[in-house]
Amino acid sequence: MNDLRHRIHHNGGLLAAIGLFIVMFIIYVSNHPVGLTAAVATTASNKAVLLALVAMAQTLPVLTRGLDLSVGMVFILANCLASVLVVGTIGEGFAGIALVLGVGALAGFINGAIIVWGRLQPIITTLATGAVYYGIALYVRPGPGGDVQSDIADFATGQLFGIIPTALVVLLAIVLIVWLPYRNSVLGRAAYAVGSNEQAAYMSGVPVQRAKLLAYTLAGLLAAIGGLMLTFNTYSGEASAPIASTYTLNSIAAVVIGGTSLFGGWGSAVGSIFGAFVLRTIEDLLFVFDLDPLWQPLFQGVVLLAAVSLGALRVLRIRNRLELFA
Amino acid sequence: MSDAAPILEMKHVSKRYGGIAALNEVDFVAYPGEIHAILGENGAGKSTLIKIAAGVTDPSDGEVFVEGRRVNFRNPTEAMAAGVVCVFQELSLLPDLTVADNLSIVSPPLRGGLIDSAAQRQRARELLASIGCEDVHPLELVRDLPLSRRQMVEIAKALGKKPKLLILDEATSALTAADVERVYAIIRKLRSEGLGILYVSHRMHEIEALADVATVFRNGRRIETFRKGERSVSAIVQMMIGRELTHHYPDKPAPKPAEPVALSAKNLAWGTQLRDISLDIRKGEIVGLGGLDGQGQRSLLLALFGVLKGVSGTVEIMGKPHRLSGPRSAMRASLPLALIPEDRKTEGLMLPMNIRDNISLASLSRFQKGLRLDGGKEHSAVERMIDSLKIKISDLSAAVSTLSGGNQQKVVLAKWLMTAPGIILLNDPTRGIDVGTKQEVYQLLRDLADKGVAVLFYSTDYAELIGCCDRVLVMYNGSIARELKGQHLNERTIIETALNVDDKEQAA
Repeated sequence: MNDLRHRIHHNGGLLAAIGLFIVMFIIYVSNHPVGLTAAVATTASNKAVLLALVAMAQTLPVLTRGLDLSVGMVFILANCLASVLVVGTIGEGFAGIALVLGVGALAGFINGAIIVWGRLQPIITTLATGAVYYGIALYVRPGPGGDVQSDIADFATGQLFGIIPTALVVLLAIVLIVWLPYRNSVLGRAAYAVGSNEQAAYMSGVPVQRAKLLAYTLAGLLAAIGGLMLTFNTYSGEASAPIASTYTLNSIAAVVIGGTSLFGGWGSAVGSIFGAFVLRTIEDLLFVFDLDPLWQPLFQGVVLLAAVSLGALRVLRIRNRLELFA
Repeated sequence: MSDAAPILEMKHVSKRYGGIAALNEVDFVAYPGEIHAILGENGAGKSTLIKIAAGVTDPSDGEVFVEGRRVNFRNPTEAMAAGVVCVFQELSLLPDLTVADNLSIVSPPLRGGLIDSAAQRQRARELLASIGCEDVHPLELVRDLPLSRRQMVEIAKALGKKPKLLILDEATSALTAADVERVYAIIRKLRSEGLGILYVSHRMHEIEALADVATVFRNGRRIETFRKGERSVSAIVQMMIGRELTHHYPDKPAPKPAEPVALSAKNLAWGTQLRDISLDIRKGEIVGLGGLDGQGQRSLLLALFGVLKGVSGTVEIMGKPHRLSGPRSAMRASLPLALIPEDRKTEGLMLPMNIRDNISLASLSRFQKGLRLDGGKEHSAVERMIDSLKIKISDLSAAVSTLSGGNQQKVVLAKWLMTAPGIILLNDPTRGIDVGTKQEVYQLLRDLADKGVAVLFYSTDYAELIGCCDRVLVMYNGSIARELKGQHLNERTIIETALNVDDKEQAA
């Protein structure tokens, strides 16, 4: 019982994000002209899972008190690569997938290596490497086009047993296979420790450098998974700078709505998934209420502000005004 | 001495920071099964010794042996692997993680390559129980714990590493009386199990209660090591004194009681850090604030400057009530306050900004002309400040970070003097600056006092307090233990009061 109280306390941000999403989703479905059919759910999931994956990617560097401005570019790079590599037979398609994921992880590792060994600030490092990754994407696919192995693509964007959106299952699998083991690994714990207080972590003998390297590498991998899913949705690749930037910025917003602290050490990738869902649902809500899509940025902004304000309540408890700036 | 082989041995160990030796050719030995107290005033070299033993910093010279083996720790992890574990004064816990996570941060119990959280919680429960802290829930977040509980968790964390040599640096400073008793019991039990324990504390009675052996440090040198009962408290205090009074201080004027009280505080209290503090400072007076580091001096200055929230008690400036609501209102009081902060690099200066901007920063409103700043007026005011403080600069537009420590400190002083304060609070302003600049600072303070400014001056250097101040308030454990002036103001009385050594004990 006591355990439960602590667990709720630890996951307050996550629970708030889930609650917000459920409320918004119910409003959305109950006002939808068709209601919740498998097709409606699949379309919604296919869109939402893309941002959810990029937001998961963003969560890891943020937990170490960093930031990865290149997640959107890695996402687009994976999209462009997949439109070239994930073709042919199903077997060749899977080989291409492995290659794309490998490139994503490598891109993340390069970010981490520059930040850890070059001791550069994460923001500026990933801003620069992001431009590089985008440049490669543009080289791979100068104009929109390409193709993708359609059996895999149709499967990944369809339904399991004719009802469950496969994209959601993929997302769940990634949570189970990547996130949960990571969260309970020594290096995952170390990521939280580094974000919480890097000096204390170092003094406690925590492997600070390896924790950061792994966080950025996994961020690259997760962003690449997102890029693959994008390719399965569009059946093509496009090196679009606006899409890359939008995903990067929305991933940060989703991380914050999901209850992860930008000061590091606190939060979870699951929260970010629901943060991403909330952001997507805003768009859908505008659609069912037939509002001008021009309102979307405004509503996203309001939701983001509300979420951040909840997180700022701690300020009321501070007794030394200097700590406000710490 | 013990028959066992030493657990820790240092031979001719020195540590220099810049040109200054924090440790000088120190030989030091600690044996297993002994509680070894380390004594010395601020800056005597105690913390440097500990940092070297725990692998936080490396010695500039000399050799360190653990269990007879030569070691050269590059980081705390290597020291821990060799069995040397330190509980540091600044807590090393991770605030956003749970108690259980913190206790097993380095080598958590694993199952299938992943952290076994059930086993980890069980381990936390056992460790907490072993130090009598069953009231702390393993899933509680460290940041939600009060300071005294955090310190207990810190001790539990150290014990969890199965140390052979446990170093406690002021480990009881935040504990409640009941916890202190528990920690004593644990330390004695560890001693009986054959652990070596190094114990740094400023509380004489703790050392009397616990230590088997004590070593006194002074000015980076080991003065003497002796067994319990071989030296009287009075003799120990004598060993700790002995810093040469090399500086020249400006003459003190005769007391002028007729001056009005500039700043008066009554019954100030803030959490456990400030307790029932009352003080009066008259115009033209330099009042010192003494005592060991961390007895509430810094909090007192911050409280008077309005930085702390929830301070109880009253403050009057020139007889009128003053509300403590932040630096801006402190600067607008009928006698404006100025606080020269402790850490000039974080609280005093904008390092990348240039010298002129730094100096004029706190008094920009004076140079306002319409919507913009009057650059000419600002420039000439800054130049006057630089002349009067003799700040050595090449160019007003150079970044402050290019100046030497002493000149940086002068820039901080200039910034606050420019606001024309009536009351100046100083937080250890001469730490880490050269002798020449120090003397200029002393003269400056005296000149200001002669012009009617009230000065409250916290310093960790006793000689400075004696040489510079009209009277000194010595703090202990958050309250003012004693006021010293006239012939009672000397190094012996300051150290005795700072250590809270009883007068009667002295006579005995």
